[in-house]
Amino acid sequence: MLRRLISGDTPRSTVLSIVLLVILIALAFAPFLFPGTRSVDTAARVCIFIALVASYDLMLGYGGIVSFAHTMFFGMGAYGVALASIHMGRGFDALLVGSVAGALAAAALAFVIGLFSLRVRAIFFAMITLAVASAVAVLVSQLSSITGGEDGLNYKIPRALTSAHKFMDDKLFGVRINGKLANYYLVFFGSLILFLILLRIVNSPFGRVLQAIRENDFRAEAIGYRAVYYRTSATCISATVAALAGSLYAIWLRYVGPDTTLSFEIMIDILLMVVIGGMGTLYGAVIGATIFVVAQNYLQNLMGIAEAALGDLPVIPLFLNPDRWLLWLGVLFVLSVYFFPTGVVGRLRRRV
Amino acid sequence: MSIAPEHAPTMETAGLWHRLEPYVPILLIPALVIVGFLAIPTSSSWLTLTVSGLAMGMMIFIMASGLTLVFGLMDVINFGHGAFVSVGAFVGITILLSLGGMTDAPSLVLNLSALLLAVFGAMLATAAMGWAFEKVIIQPVYGAHLKQILITMGGLIIVEQLILVAWGPDEIFLTRPETFKGAITFAGAAIEKYRLVAVGVGLVVFLAMRWVLRSTRIGLIVRAGVENGEMVEALGYRLRLVFVAVFIAGSALAGLGGVMWGLYQEVITAHMGASIMVLVFIVVIIGGLGSVEGCFIGALLVGLLQNYIAFLAPKFALISNIGLMVVILMWRPQGMVPVVKAK
Repeated sequence: MLRRLISGDTPRSTVLSIVLLVILIALAFAPFLFPGTRSVDTAARVCIFIALVASYDLMLGYGGIVSFAHTMFFGMGAYGVALASIHMGRGFDALLVGSVAGALAAAALAFVIGLFSLRVRAIFFAMITLAVASAVAVLVSQLSSITGGEDGLNYKIPRALTSAHKFMDDKLFGVRINGKLANYYLVFFGSLILFLILLRIVNSPFGRVLQAIRENDFRAEAIGYRAVYYRTSATCISATVAALAGSLYAIWLRYVGPDTTLSFEIMIDILLMVVIGGMGTLYGAVIGATIFVVAQNYLQNLMGIAEAALGDLPVIPLFLNPDRWLLWLGVLFVLSVYFFPTGVVGRLRRRV
Repeated sequence: MSIAPEHAPTMETAGLWHRLEPYVPILLIPALVIVGFLAIPTSSSWLTLTVSGLAMGMMIFIMASGLTLVFGLMDVINFGHGAFVSVGAFVGITILLSLGGMTDAPSLVLNLSALLLAVFGAMLATAAMGWAFEKVIIQPVYGAHLKQILITMGGLIIVEQLILVAWGPDEIFLTRPETFKGAITFAGAAIEKYRLVAVGVGLVVFLAMRWVLRSTRIGLIVRAGVENGEMVEALGYRLRLVFVAVFIAGSALAGLGGVMWGLYQEVITAHMGASIMVLVFIVVIIGGLGSVEGCFIGALLVGLLQNYIAFLAPKFALISNIGLMVVILMWRPQGMVPVVKAK
């Protein structure tokens, strides 16, 4: 049963299995284990980013395609939910319509970009997605009458998903059973389902062909697989999942804006998560996203402490300024591409 | 025995289109200028826009040329090229600001020498940085595109953050040297002096580059290396050294472009290199990866189109470049001036 659920792709390492199990349990019971707005918020972000990073890994790790437009697809899902909620009024139907519309739009755009650039050379794809994504980001911030511009959009989600709605009067294990909790579980199970679907896809014959094309596209074509077809399909699937993850994010935050969904910083975050966790294995996405989001929330505090402690030294505090945390992640990123191309997961698997 | 073929060969005259075809890319520039003239109501604003479009195109060309050559020669795609632009701008502008006495005086000689010093400093800094970047970041990942993209992106992040460490997080505003301020009026159109300077510098760089590539021995080796590197190495040339030299030259040009772009915008940020890279990539793609001429034509097209559209429909300026790229890739999937590879 369990093997079927994870599509026969076991972690293949005791340490990794334990770590994954701990992460799963921690996320599944996050509102009960770590009560508090900030920690539940962090847990929800971890869930969403696991799905998002896993979908990116389908392209980068399994397909060998570098895309810089993943936040664009993520943002399309988020803006889909936001626009539907504004124009259709609050309700589950708006959330559904927005998610589906966002996912379809993302898939269509991915299809067009894929056909255009993957047909010629895979390396074009990185540059073209970078150009298109930044153009879309500019467009979103310019068309403020539709998208709210830089300020973004605030909207209402169904009452059953907000903390105003109470399912029970009593607390359960000291936690209020309210709409916020339901919202968290929507995010959790939504991300879990997306992740399991991706796991199913990469372990299907389609996923195997994709890996074959990554390793040697000439040879794969010679056997009779159209590389363009497989690469474009992978891009579309990946974009759809990213858009759905964006919808979940929009439902959780009740706000969308260019900074939270479309910015290039998030794209870099996704890249870092994939590389640190391990390319070419979806469990890498789980590890990478968890490490990164937790680090993002708590590393800056740590750096602030370190900066204060070393305050009298001449230059070093400048490097430890909490705003410079991206510097250290960049260094970590370069080092991990050099020395651990298979990331944390690859390391753990090799030991055993 | 077969009958000997007739000895009166007829020369079929090629049609006009056939003869014109190699020149189509270069003819697109005047075509776009004419379309702009028809679309823009007043001719004086058309002239202003054309000059600023050319200036912008020239600056983009300066930044993009190194990138495209590096790709053509060694199949290395450097996403960190924007870092050189930023560093060049910061070093150059810092020198310029420290020479305040020379830039504030209304003397062309003093202004020019300050500017030259700044450009020289910036190019020196980015050339040194290019050498280090090549050694540390790029050398270990030859032949692996995926890793190159990731690593150079990582390099870009690190350099951007180091700029923030060195110069602080705020953007730096500046004014141009005294004699380059203001505009001259020509045929009723106000043309900023600095834009004319930018056009001039761009043309000089392009012609110099063309001369080096077409008429010197090193240029011959570079062109041959782009076409068939293995053969050039078999002839005994160490292409590796040539490549490092091209990389350093390309980085220095990016630094020059950075200084010029900073003076054009009159503000510099650590992020400027990364944001200009979007245009640079579009230019490199539509020009044909590895082709300097294509890069030049592409840069001018992008600069002109961006300025015309910014005047006619401001919100769609960046989208228009994507549109241009789509149209050109539909017409020529390998770019306007495709590079012939003997592989």
